[in-house]
Amino acid sequence: MTNPAAVLRAPSRRRNLRRPWIGWLFIAPFGVIFLVFLVAPLVYAFYLSLFSKGLATGTTFSGAGNYVKAFTDPEFLSGIWFVIRFAVILIPIQMAVSLAAALVLDALTTRLSRFARLAIFVPYAIPAVVGTLMWGFLYSPTFGPLTGLFKVVNQSAPEILSSGNIFGGLLNIVVWQWAGYYMIIIYAALRGIDPSLYEAARIDGATPRQIALRIKVPMISSAMVLILVFALIGTLQFFTEPQVLRPISNGSITSSFTPNIYAFDLAFRFSQFNYASTISFSLGIVVFIAVYIFLFASRKRRGGLS
Amino acid sequence: MKTTSLLAVVSAGALLVTLAGCSPDVSAGTSTDSAGGDAGSCSNTIVNKDAPQVSVWAWYPNINTVVDMFNKSHDDVQVCWSNAGQGADEYAKFSTAIAAGTGAPDVVMLEAEVVPGFILQDALVDLSEHGADDVKANFSAGAWKDVSSGDSVYAIPVDGGPMAMIYRADIFAKYGIAIPKTWDEYAAAAQQLKDAGGPFMGDFGSNVPAWFTALMTQNGQTAWDYDSSDPQKIGIDLNDAGSKKVADYWQDLVKKGLVDTKDQFNTDYIGGLTNGSYATYVSAAWAPGYLTGAGAGATGDGAEWQAAPLPQWDPANPVSVNWGGSTFAVTTQAKDKDLAATVAKELYASDEELQDGVDTQTIFPLNQKMLASDAFADTPVKFFNGQTANKDVYIPAENAYKGYTYSPFTTYYYSELTKSMVSIIDGSKSGSESLDDLQKTMTDYAKAQGFTVK
Repeated sequence: MTNPAAVLRAPSRRRNLRRPWIGWLFIAPFGVIFLVFLVAPLVYAFYLSLFSKGLATGTTFSGAGNYVKAFTDPEFLSGIWFVIRFAVILIPIQMAVSLAAALVLDALTTRLSRFARLAIFVPYAIPAVVGTLMWGFLYSPTFGPLTGLFKVVNQSAPEILSSGNIFGGLLNIVVWQWAGYYMIIIYAALRGIDPSLYEAARIDGATPRQIALRIKVPMISSAMVLILVFALIGTLQFFTEPQVLRPISNGSITSSFTPNIYAFDLAFRFSQFNYASTISFSLGIVVFIAVYIFLFASRKRRGGLS
Repeated sequence: MKTTSLLAVVSAGALLVTLAGCSPDVSAGTSTDSAGGDAGSCSNTIVNKDAPQVSVWAWYPNINTVVDMFNKSHDDVQVCWSNAGQGADEYAKFSTAIAAGTGAPDVVMLEAEVVPGFILQDALVDLSEHGADDVKANFSAGAWKDVSSGDSVYAIPVDGGPMAMIYRADIFAKYGIAIPKTWDEYAAAAQQLKDAGGPFMGDFGSNVPAWFTALMTQNGQTAWDYDSSDPQKIGIDLNDAGSKKVADYWQDLVKKGLVDTKDQFNTDYIGGLTNGSYATYVSAAWAPGYLTGAGAGATGDGAEWQAAPLPQWDPANPVSVNWGGSTFAVTTQAKDKDLAATVAKELYASDEELQDGVDTQTIFPLNQKMLASDAFADTPVKFFNGQTANKDVYIPAENAYKGYTYSPFTTYYYSELTKSMVSIIDGSKSGSESLDDLQKTMTDYAKAQGFTVK
């Protein structure tokens, strides 16, 4: 980084030139961890994904062969299609719920608002596995409350974990789990708005609803974009909830239900580490493309608005 | 200025040293002097500290007692046991250790169905070269075949699962049902129960592919033609007439609403068994122990469980099949393979250890020392209200068991069979069609994995 010749020729600039070198030392602790625990595994996984190994054959270099296989693999594609559909339905619901909750809490000034804030946030504080197990029991036809509720109106309760209803069942769990977290982010952004803006708006004759929709929401659009990206990435990498519900899903959650489950099963159940790496990387590619498209689209629109 | 930058360098360097300091083995002591070394620390106490140690992964609920018994009675070798999870969880760790080339224990508990898959990954030692024949006489021919391939032996059997039908005597009595001896009688009894407003006769759950495999085997399916000594060739026959008959039979029961379609091994299903939603549980010899452990006792809830032989297709030629069971295998990562083989042969094999397994209902012993003893045969089983179920049902079933040839990709097969079972349940395909598709899927898979399909 330092050019020794330059140092010799211009001793007066020595201190300036040494500064970047010292800077590297400061980030070295982070750099080492970053390299060892993030870059190295990624590089290794990518390396693995370039080879293929059948159960009865040796390891051979296949280059992009595995990727061609992955993007024509109906199991992988059906998983991708599922998470995309899931994201398209889930994210608007999640956004609407968390935005509505945040706006209401922001407008409230009573004691109730602190309690409500905590209550809405609690599901996020519960570990995902525990929360999912709890919902598994609530959905259960034997233990859950649904059977009793539907008996009152003489109907038989729906099997929420059957292949027809699993989509809605998972949707409910994820919204319950994450809406509170997104609500807190939006709420924090709302708290950062200068209150004098509201005062000015009121003087101009704006109603509380107009203040909420015309002033608050546009002011926090960057927070909204942030949580949209979080939600998009999280949904495309969907894993924990379906994996936990799998033993009670009566076969509706298969080994290729989502791309991440598929990669996990390929590696740890079917001993196909190379192809599992390919699937993981292919999912990474899909996530990257989806996020890029989204950011590109949202940037353009915001540009148009201003 | 100079001091500050020096300080920065020093502190950054110190941080690096601290970070590097995290990696050396901090758990040294108990585990490093074992024969295999790096499979983690022991969960048990080592009695004889001077003896060489063999690391073992196992998940039997009473394994800590058994290991203590083993260590107290052995001066030449000590077992260093840890629990790496049950079934699939352990296999995932074992697979990873194989791929990594390090981290596997010396001796690993495996179900017989996954043994060929691990042989193919070069993970298991051929025990016939390490004195496996010494204990061959302790096991039935069927149990020995499950762990052998040609002349090679890759695991030592411990626990078996000869299948039988357990039923609720109280429900049978209430609705006047006779014990079905054939599957036709089973279907007729199911219809009779339904007509009288009774509970389901049984359950066809999509997550028990091993169960369905056993039932198809009972009607003549010989799914795999495979020998680990010629591991590139495999014969696949999943859609023979006998198997199709079984698949169509269960689809018919499902369609008529005579059996439930719940996944098994979860609280919902156990709850159903306890509260009388099912009149029978087509299961294996481990069922009473499993159900007792899961809280479905014979007493208290008025449930009177009894055991009866598995219904047959042809009562003149009864066929005995197996569901589950477990073995000990020696891994190729074991440093002292002879010593590890000694543990595989002798752990859970002494009278005292087997007796504990039987008393705690942890295992159905395959070791003839126990299986052939009068004490075992005459034990009244508490779960069955004192019925001598071992003598009446399970021992004859085990002795008639002929063994099974597993494929080297059992987990994948089970995953695909589960999909077929789902389509049998939801009626999207007929039983026969789903087996035809399964045959094609598995053949394609075997070819893609580099096998020559015979």
